[in-house]
Amino acid sequence: MRLRSRTQRKVADRAARVVMVPAALAGIAVLAWILWEVISRGAGALNLDFFTQLPTPPGMEGGGLANAILGTLLMTVLATVIGTPVGLMAGIYLAEFGTTSRLATAVRFTTNLLMGTPSIIVGIFVYALIVLRTGHFSGWAGGVALAILMLPVVLRTTEDMLNLVPDELRESALALGAPRWRATLTVVFRAAKTGLVTGILLAVARVSGETAPLLFTALNSFYWPETISEPTANLTVTIFNYAMSPYADWQQKAWGASLLITVGILIVTVLSRLTLRDRKSRTWSR
Amino acid sequence: MNRAGSAEEARSLPSKVSVRNLNFYYGGQQALFDNNIDIPEKRVTAIIGPSGCGKSTHIRVYNRIYELYRTHRAEGQVVIDGKNILLPSVDLIDLRKRVGMIFQRPTPFPMTIFDNIAYGLKLHYRVGRTELSDRVEDALKRGALWDEVKDKLGEPANALSGGQQQRLCIARAIATEPELILMDEPCSAIDPVATAKIEDLIQTLRDNYTVVLVTHNMQQAARVSDFTAFFYKGYIIEFGATKQIFTNPAERETEDYITGRFG
Repeated sequence: MRLRSRTQRKVADRAARVVMVPAALAGIAVLAWILWEVISRGAGALNLDFFTQLPTPPGMEGGGLANAILGTLLMTVLATVIGTPVGLMAGIYLAEFGTTSRLATAVRFTTNLLMGTPSIIVGIFVYALIVLRTGHFSGWAGGVALAILMLPVVLRTTEDMLNLVPDELRESALALGAPRWRATLTVVFRAAKTGLVTGILLAVARVSGETAPLLFTALNSFYWPETISEPTANLTVTIFNYAMSPYADWQQKAWGASLLITVGILIVTVLSRLTLRDRKSRTWSR
Repeated sequence: MNRAGSAEEARSLPSKVSVRNLNFYYGGQQALFDNNIDIPEKRVTAIIGPSGCGKSTHIRVYNRIYELYRTHRAEGQVVIDGKNILLPSVDLIDLRKRVGMIFQRPTPFPMTIFDNIAYGLKLHYRVGRTELSDRVEDALKRGALWDEVKDKLGEPANALSGGQQQRLCIARAIATEPELILMDEPCSAIDPVATAKIEDLIQTLRDNYTVVLVTHNMQQAARVSDFTAFFYKGYIIEFGATKQIFTNPAERETEDYITGRFG
């Protein structure tokens, strides 16, 4: 038996680094480039009017996208209100009650499928389900489409986070004579709380940038969303329409809207990171 | 301090738990074989044996906590206060109020020290504010933790040290007034000084409670228990007064284990 050559190892190590470090840098570089483009082209569009005024017809200077900002917020909130409770409860079922049962296995499998379903298909599905039946596009339909996209994300993170809670904690609550539901809600849920919040925030970040599902459901509008039973303005479809238009002013606004969404998603993602870090330092861990 | 029981005492004492022909299965794998034992009331009974011999499995039947896992199954009789608790008609919440349990690693709930103790109390009793704080104080005193935490009841329980957390768990279990306390290697994750405190605490518990202590530490069994059962490969090889088990074991396997020939 002979010792392996040390120089050979060092060379192999170098070679591996030479290949991998640029690959990692490439990933970051693309993101940085996108950010740079969005900021440099979009920042000019952001002014007070952008946040407070309705859009103007092509050719007319000024105006803003206040209706689209409001519409996106409304539909994201609607999606969160519908998608989060269902996702949380289904996640609790999988982690605490279903575990390895047939139903739980089936739910887990379909959730994975749903997670991989292209969002445009969800859009068409809700179009057939709600838009065709009611006869018009609406913010409701948009919110439902986004909720369907949120559901699997919330569900899986809930299950994962609850699975991270040690069985001993569950057992101690039960051993004190707590009924299963109470042990779950007052002890297990609490121990996983920050992780659950992170999951919800990530799901919100994921759907707030979706365009395809809204194209078929909420469509878009030049007016304030007085009720969400009508076509509802939103940022992503506005970006789609404005960016394709021949008007310089609209294109500029599309860049502004892109910047706004990018920053919004960035903030939500950073928030979720912060709650996660908080979890590591404070709550139930050893 | 040590008042290790005698063989005569074991026979004359009323038993808190009578186990008859207990078999236990993890899925298709049998872990306990025909366990028979009578746990004397208001005494400390230690369960010793090598890893994987079924010590923890055995006591986890007493409060049916194993039922959390769908593949775990127990057969036979475990009679506590004259009632076979393995019958499906037994109310689990009532059973677990009477049978407390302490785990290997401390399990403080993610809430304040006060709320940890109050958790079990509120599960089983309707109590007003003042009575609740009296009860919490009393439980913490009996758990030998009051002096260390009385000024920080509102702080999160997981800020306590490991040994304090374990005494908190004992106080939490005591608060609901159980009659039987199961301890599953309660000192295995704790330093020697904290261990000594918990051993002292176990000594004082004996006056009011029946304690079953699973331990892989033979010195601990010798120090704190009145009676000792030796488990091996899922069988109860020998059960008797601690002094007798450690000085004059009847079975060859017990002697081999105690003298450190295996395990």
